Amino acid sequence: MSSVREVFSAVNVPVDFEELFISEVQPQASASFKTVVDSFRRGVLQTLNMKIRRELDLFANVVVVKSLPGYQTRHKNLDFVIIREQTEGEYSALEHESVPGVIECLKIVTRANSMRIAKFAFDYAMRHGRQKVTAVHKANIMKLGDGLFLQCCEEVSHIYPKIKYESMIIDNCCMQLVSNPHQFDVMVMPNLYGNIVDNLAAGLVGGAGVVPGESYSEDVAIFEQGARHAFAEAVGKNIANPTATLLAGCNLLRHIHLEYHARLIEDAILQVIKSGKVRTKDMGGYDCTSDFTNAVIKSLQQQ
Amino acid sequence: MAGKAIRTVISQSLNISKSPGSRILPVFQNKNHDGLHSQTTVRHYASQSAQRKVTMIPGDGIGPEISQAVKEIFAAAGAPVTWEDVDVTPVKGPDGLFHLPQKIFDSMAETKLGLKGPLATPIGKGHQSLNLALRKAFSLYANVRPCKSIEGYQTPYDNVDLVTIRENTEGEYSGIEHTIVDGVVQSIKLITENASRRVAEYAFQYARENKRDSVTAVHKANIMRMSDGLFLKCCRDIAAMNKDIKFKEAYLDTVCLNMVQDPKPFDVLVMPNLYGDILSDLCAGLIGGLGVTPSGNIGEDGVAIFESVHGTAPDIAGQDKANPTALLLSAVMMLRHMGLTEYGDRIESAVLSVIRDGEHLTADLGGKGTCSGFTKAICERVESSS
Repeated sequence: MSSVREVFSAVNVPVDFEELFISEVQPQASASFKTVVDSFRRGVLQTLNMKIRRELDLFANVVVVKSLPGYQTRHKNLDFVIIREQTEGEYSALEHESVPGVIECLKIVTRANSMRIAKFAFDYAMRHGRQKVTAVHKANIMKLGDGLFLQCCEEVSHIYPKIKYESMIIDNCCMQLVSNPHQFDVMVMPNLYGNIVDNLAAGLVGGAGVVPGESYSEDVAIFEQGARHAFAEAVGKNIANPTATLLAGCNLLRHIHLEYHARLIEDAILQVIKSGKVRTKDMGGYDCTSDFTNAVIKSLQQQ
Repeated sequence: MAGKAIRTVISQSLNISKSPGSRILPVFQNKNHDGLHSQTTVRHYASQSAQRKVTMIPGDGIGPEISQAVKEIFAAAGAPVTWEDVDVTPVKGPDGLFHLPQKIFDSMAETKLGLKGPLATPIGKGHQSLNLALRKAFSLYANVRPCKSIEGYQTPYDNVDLVTIRENTEGEYSGIEHTIVDGVVQSIKLITENASRRVAEYAFQYARENKRDSVTAVHKANIMRMSDGLFLKCCRDIAAMNKDIKFKEAYLDTVCLNMVQDPKPFDVLVMPNLYGDILSDLCAGLIGGLGVTPSGNIGEDGVAIFESVHGTAPDIAGQDKANPTALLLSAVMMLRHMGLTEYGDRIESAVLSVIRDGEHLTADLGGKGTCSGFTKAICERVESSS
């Protein structure tokens, strides 16, 4: 538990002004809940993340990858969604040493969880007016495990005739993402591949500091960074980029139907990024976390 | 140490006792399983003058055209290599299953070096996967893919210069899977100390021979603490014995994130099977795809097969439109592996300069040139530079 407490105190800088933000527009908007969870999420102990995910049954992780206007990256105008199953797969934490020097690690894929995430992906596509769902897998090698996942996606796709369905092998998918990322719309995949693709895609639009994410269970929603990195070397130095967390905050507001406030803050963030005057280190600037936050607040006041 | 020496002697004697034409397969499989990881890669073929025989598997689709291109360019460069063409079309055995022809095993056992074009995947069951069969038969435990930006072929990334080395025999691709109850599948990822040490050793050896500065172990030991933990531990152990090469560690997700933002800091990357599969294709994407990416599979006792990893492109086969770059660069890797660095460098700079000029580019590189025109241009460069 001491590590948890450490994490709490270590990240209090970015979390503080989030509270400020949220309280500005909506005093009772469960800021404390979010603060706690956010602090957990930034935790250096990944297994803690895994425990929370399993405890709350946060089965779906959603990362919307969107280029930020005014911030130059190699690929422009990207807009796609990555949906990741995050309760099973390689992250089952079942490992043992059969004989010395030989280790087995179990990857578990179940029909129930595969159907659930597939359904979630297609529902998401419908609700957000997306055209296509791509299932990412390695069923050519893991014929049973990934085969089951793929089969579930295919079954579910028949219920949604309006949404186009495709499948792609993970290695090819990564190659396509760096050479032709515009072909993607909604992508759905098992746990480990999701971890890889989330990070890769975050890199395409500017890094871990600018991409927000969301995790869902049947009754809980958590808003967080899209590419979960503790970024331990930056802790307490006031150099981290708060964009991802701020945008996640906007998504949270949107989730609880505070569309107006969400748009207000989001516009302010995008405005600051577009003008290019205030940039944290990861975006090629020299400004600190609080500079960026102040710029957003200033932009909010001007509106 | 003594145990290792004895094993080496045994495997050598097995090799010698092999009568011509006998199935070589079991011999090599034995060696695969006893987990030998000695560094006795004797480069007895390093002398520049002697002709070396290399097994050529031209492959399907555009395979024959691009392998012909490689042969012409090697001839123009005067590389001391003779080719033995082997057809690997599966033949039906007495058991009713399709097998690889015996000739490929005999030829590879003799030459120890192979160059392979693209192969069409046979549809339907009962076929032995060629790659898998070759990998098993010759203990091809490491897949090496150098990715270097090609000047004159524009991609969003430039100055990429890195090498991925992938463990190729176990990990997630162990093929051990079963359905526990209906709707619950368990796949086993297998990590062994022997295989991990072996690939780590090769990574450092490769870094040294190719004048690279650092080796980075890519892992996910934060999640898979025992399996990836073992892989990482083996890499650390080997790193401690190779102090002349810098050693770094990185999480797979962090590598992906940083790779697409700025691939420049990466050098030699070593990793387990699945991560290698994903990262090597990602890196190929950075420099323009599989059409320009060479690949080599390294086995024990100096056995190696170099190949192009792109498809057979049946739609343009036989039309003189194919791009031989990937196979040619794989052949250049082979020359370097043989210690014929001088020839390798000469051919490589000729290919790159022809691509840079842009006059003879094939359609996949955005040009209107032909395979034969491209090949001829390279031959001319090679000849003029000798």
